[in-house]
Amino acid sequence: MESLVPVEDRGGPAQPLLLASGLRKHFPVPGGLLGRSGKVVRAVDDLSLSVAKGETLGVVGESGCGKSTVARLLIRLIKPDRGTMVLDGDPVDEPHGITVNELRRQVQMVFQDSYASLNPRLTIGETLAFAPKAHGLPAAEARARVRDLLDKVGLDPTNYAERYPHELSGGQRQRVNIARALALRPRLVILDEAVSALDKSVEAQVLNMLVDLKTELGLTYIFISHDLNVVQYLSDRVLVMYLGKIVELGSVEAIYGDPQHPYTRALLSARPSMDPRRRTKEAPIQGDPPNPIDPPSGCRFRTRCPFAEDVCARAEPPLADTGAQAVACHMRIAGSGHSKAVAT
Amino acid sequence: MLLYALRRLLYLVPVAFGVSLLVFALVHLAPGDPISAIVPPDAPKEVVDKLKEYYGFDKPLPVQYFRWLAVTLTGDLGTSIGTGRPVAAEVASAFGNTIILAIAATLFAFSLAVFLGTSAAYAKSRIVDRLVTMISLMGVSVPHFWLAIVLVIVFSVEMGVLPPMGLGPENSTGWRLDWPHLKHMILPTIALSVIPLGVVTRTVRSTVKETLSMEFVTALQAKGMRDDQILRHVLKNAAPTCLAVMGLQAGNLIGGSILIETVFAWPGTGFLLNSAIFRRDLPILQGTTLVLAGFFMLLNLTVDVIQTMVDPRIKRG
Amino acid sequence: MAIQSPTVDIAAPLVRPTVASASRGYWPSVGRRLRRDPVTLVCAGVLLLIVLSSIAAPLLGLADPYKTSMIRRLYPLGSPNHLLGTDELGRDMFARLIYGGRLSLFMGVTPVVCALLIGGILGITAGFVGGKINMAIMRVMDVFYAFPSVLLAISLSGALGAGTENTLLSLTLVFIPPICRVSESVTTQVRGFDFVDAARASGASALTIVRVHVLGNVLGPILVYATSLISVAIILAAGLSFLGLGVKPPEPEWGLMLNTLRQAIYVNPVLAALPGVMIFITSICFNLMSDGLRAAMDVKA
Repeated sequence: MESLVPVEDRGGPAQPLLLASGLRKHFPVPGGLLGRSGKVVRAVDDLSLSVAKGETLGVVGESGCGKSTVARLLIRLIKPDRGTMVLDGDPVDEPHGITVNELRRQVQMVFQDSYASLNPRLTIGETLAFAPKAHGLPAAEARARVRDLLDKVGLDPTNYAERYPHELSGGQRQRVNIARALALRPRLVILDEAVSALDKSVEAQVLNMLVDLKTELGLTYIFISHDLNVVQYLSDRVLVMYLGKIVELGSVEAIYGDPQHPYTRALLSARPSMDPRRRTKEAPIQGDPPNPIDPPSGCRFRTRCPFAEDVCARAEPPLADTGAQAVACHMRIAGSGHSKAVAT
Repeated sequence: MLLYALRRLLYLVPVAFGVSLLVFALVHLAPGDPISAIVPPDAPKEVVDKLKEYYGFDKPLPVQYFRWLAVTLTGDLGTSIGTGRPVAAEVASAFGNTIILAIAATLFAFSLAVFLGTSAAYAKSRIVDRLVTMISLMGVSVPHFWLAIVLVIVFSVEMGVLPPMGLGPENSTGWRLDWPHLKHMILPTIALSVIPLGVVTRTVRSTVKETLSMEFVTALQAKGMRDDQILRHVLKNAAPTCLAVMGLQAGNLIGGSILIETVFAWPGTGFLLNSAIFRRDLPILQGTTLVLAGFFMLLNLTVDVIQTMVDPRIKRG
Repeated sequence: MAIQSPTVDIAAPLVRPTVASASRGYWPSVGRRLRRDPVTLVCAGVLLLIVLSSIAAPLLGLADPYKTSMIRRLYPLGSPNHLLGTDELGRDMFARLIYGGRLSLFMGVTPVVCALLIGGILGITAGFVGGKINMAIMRVMDVFYAFPSVLLAISLSGALGAGTENTLLSLTLVFIPPICRVSESVTTQVRGFDFVDAARASGASALTIVRVHVLGNVLGPILVYATSLISVAIILAAGLSFLGLGVKPPEPEWGLMLNTLRQAIYVNPVLAALPGVMIFITSICFNLMSDGLRAAMDVKA
């Protein structure tokens, strides 16, 4: 049906590559007399985002804030409870749009655990050839593509195609995972903590390779990580998540240079600095994130926020544009009722 | 905790429904008409039809099933074709005898298994470990009905020290806790306990061994705790897994005793089932199977709930 | 019969990472380790001997296993012309023990193979598809689990009536639920690994994913479990024949022989115990083989 050539750009550079709006995923919590407690984990709650062509969108947040669920929703490994997605103008999984399978040709993902994401019974070559073959590429062409892919990620094809995952180091395995994500010539690659498990030196090599691949292949990245420094290095725009919701979204300069949300500020101040003069005396965030089964009313961050007031418990702050970035905080909304709210 | 027990009990309802369907089907799996087991082949047609009507065999199967279920739920399991006595009474007296044997075998097998398994896991010498592994392998590999025959050959035929069959002395009217009756129990108990002995020894050995290799044991040793105190901690950690296996084995003993009861002519449910099969006494076959399956289900439920109580790692609230 | 599900240990490296040498796949390395395991090799040899001799029994120049003789009944072991004596009807024991392996092995292995096919497909389907299909399949299995396995086998055979086919049928029914449960649990585990998600994200069909990514990882544990059931099946099949529910006389079968020779325990006890020895040896060998296979495949019980 296809010889697996890269999909052409359609809407031009101004049209977002991926638009997701109102994505929601609640996981039911087992329990109760009949095995259903009626409670849900609000993993992702009405989240909207857009990814421009050729950019890298960084996604940061504490573990358990729903970052990975977002990744899996975007590639439809889990079905959202509600929300829509549009890929370069085409609605996904809708009557006049493209199918989930077409979405997956153009959007691919690299997983965190380099070992669990490779089938231990298949050679590297077999793993890489799987997706192209499943899409009908003849065996000979698939073999050629495997060589090409290994070459691209800096692994010698003659040496590595016949090896098994357990014979590779963590960095080499992650290179294979990246190669697999590229096998279908996608346009958007979601990197879910893709370098987090690697040693620092190896991490740097893989990051540089990712940057090179992006230019070479004209890719767009969604880069999910809890490592703020890596996100800063790689991203054009950054999205900060807290308990399944976006709290701040803006350019990397704005987010890192002038964070607006108390949570973003706390995250940034908590990061270790090598420069003694830049070390903060500010107290890091207190405690653990609240249980996503029963998130706090109003603003979800209020239980850990030093500036929380009555209004924060009453109303949920919308994601409001403040110029350089969008922030979901009552202090940034004029007339919200917060004593520190900006003047109109 | 209570909620979990309740939920398990509730969950048992559909399973019990399925079990009742299967047990009901037993009669209809039988070749030919279920009625043909009752009447001689040369019986006149009118008599056969009368009997069919009497037993309700002329109705469609779903009707028959719900009728049977309704009657069964009142505790009426029908009438034995062979003896004419109520099935419930026959099964009840046999069930008592089976339970006595099962309890004896369970106690014997489990205490020996825990001892053997723990010593093997702790053993410094490979010989002890090998020996225990051998014993447990023998336990799961030996055809236990054959072992029963061998025991009879050795202890009854050759040595003449233990009785080869029966519940007690010839004039015995039922099981009593006295030496002549206990003597009759020894061989069946041993024969019945070999399989659970093998399986449980194996489980205890591997679970204790695994627990011993955990880091908390090293920490306790480093703290200077005495070995017997450490053993308590280890056994506490190994208990849930072992309990689960023991529960299943205890239940299987009830089923497995059929062959042993036949060899020793022990008047339990297995013996009853076996004779019912050969007399084609289908009501007895059905009733015995139902009672045993019901007991097995309740036993599994109990083990499950106990395991949850013992193991803090399982949260099933 | 303990029903314990094995676990799939993806993280355990099979072979130590070697320096750029020729790498081995999973199955070759299993084979290599089996060849280095003397216990398993001996057991395989003994089983091979029993299987081959029972298959080739007519070619071995044995006495006629059906030929009765009223005057030569219950000869002791070591009698001239009758190495292992004669049974209660004067038939040659050696010949009957060899011929008996045919039915005994057949009735033990066949139900497990059939149950492996049916239970394996059901379990893998339930595990991979999950959701309502899983519920439906596993709840039906739960009903069978509510019976002790021996009771289920005997009640089914008892209702169906004696005979080889009925015994095979009821034994197969007995072994489907445990195999299904094990298959379901290992498949559910494998399905949770990221490489299955990656395969799904590649847009391959469910069948292709199962074939390429799931089967290779679950077949090992399922096979190991199934081989451990063979010894149970052989004992159970012999037990059914022993009760008179399986093979019908005069066919030679170890369980049935054990039954008919019971009348001889006062006359010739050693002879009466012989068929059981055959069952015992076969079952031990299958158990040890299963253990060896488990170790070679690195499946955790």
